[in-house]
Amino acid sequence: MTIELALFYLLSAVTVGCAVMVIASRNPVHSVLFLILAFFNSAGLFLLLGAEFLAMILVVVYVGAVAVLFLFVVMMLDVNFRRLREGARLYWPIGALVGVILLAELILVTGSWAFAGGFQTAAPIPSDPAVTNTEALGRVIYTDYFYLFQAAGVILLVAIIGAIMLTLRPRGTLRRQDIAEQVHRRPQDTVELRKVDTGAGV
Amino acid sequence: MAIPLSHFLTLAAILFTLGVFGIFLNRKNVIIILMSIELILLSVNINFVAFSAHLNDLVGQVFTMFVLTVAAAEAAIGLAIVVVYFRNRGSIEVEDINLMRG
Repeated sequence: MTIELALFYLLSAVTVGCAVMVIASRNPVHSVLFLILAFFNSAGLFLLLGAEFLAMILVVVYVGAVAVLFLFVVMMLDVNFRRLREGARLYWPIGALVGVILLAELILVTGSWAFAGGFQTAAPIPSDPAVTNTEALGRVIYTDYFYLFQAAGVILLVAIIGAIMLTLRPRGTLRRQDIAEQVHRRPQDTVELRKVDTGAGV
Repeated sequence: MAIPLSHFLTLAAILFTLGVFGIFLNRKNVIIILMSIELILLSVNINFVAFSAHLNDLVGQVFTMFVLTVAAAEAAIGLAIVVVYFRNRGSIEVEDINLMRG
């Protein structure tokens, strides 16, 4: 057994174990933490496959952003999570049945499957070791897939605006600047000139 | 390639099945369901990258990036909806989500 294979077995075993704990753990905070560990190990698997850029993106985006977002929401909502787990015992037999059938089918398909051959490679991975994975990926993304890349940016923009619009609520205590009101103020309405008697005061 | 492709495909199949099973097991808790969807998308990503490395083709990795983008957007929007829903109803049980009487 080579080192690569041993590493693969280690990383995949931890990933699968973490995935089990994500769906089975009683405390959702533990679920999020196991999700983070699963993503870390998947990043290691991507490294094994030679996709360094994606491994780093997985760590940055998932561990740094998505998992922390999950953690925020789990900790922010005052939910009785124990009550949410009621009835899980009722559903797990049918879930296990569906899962076993699905797994058997997927493994049968992937196990007894072979390439037909005669296909063309759209963007071959450069064999030159001086060209890093990031550089090769950038060459493909910014040329052939430029419009799709821009579309991905638009999707993220829509997600930002959507999330902000959903969660932003007007609060009565907030005093905002009303520019129209400021512009419409006239000196006649606000400033009053009074003749004050000398030595008498107002 | 020291590791055969079928190993990665089997791992992705197991992760996918665990994600689907998680939706069955936690069918009341929206947050765990969202995490299960993340697991499913992760298994798809593993498949894409494994095929990309096996076929010596970069396009699989490009597509994985798009899947990551959509997954991040989906998590953000989904969690925002959960927060808004909790603010309005005080619960995130899936069975309570029937405001539209659908």
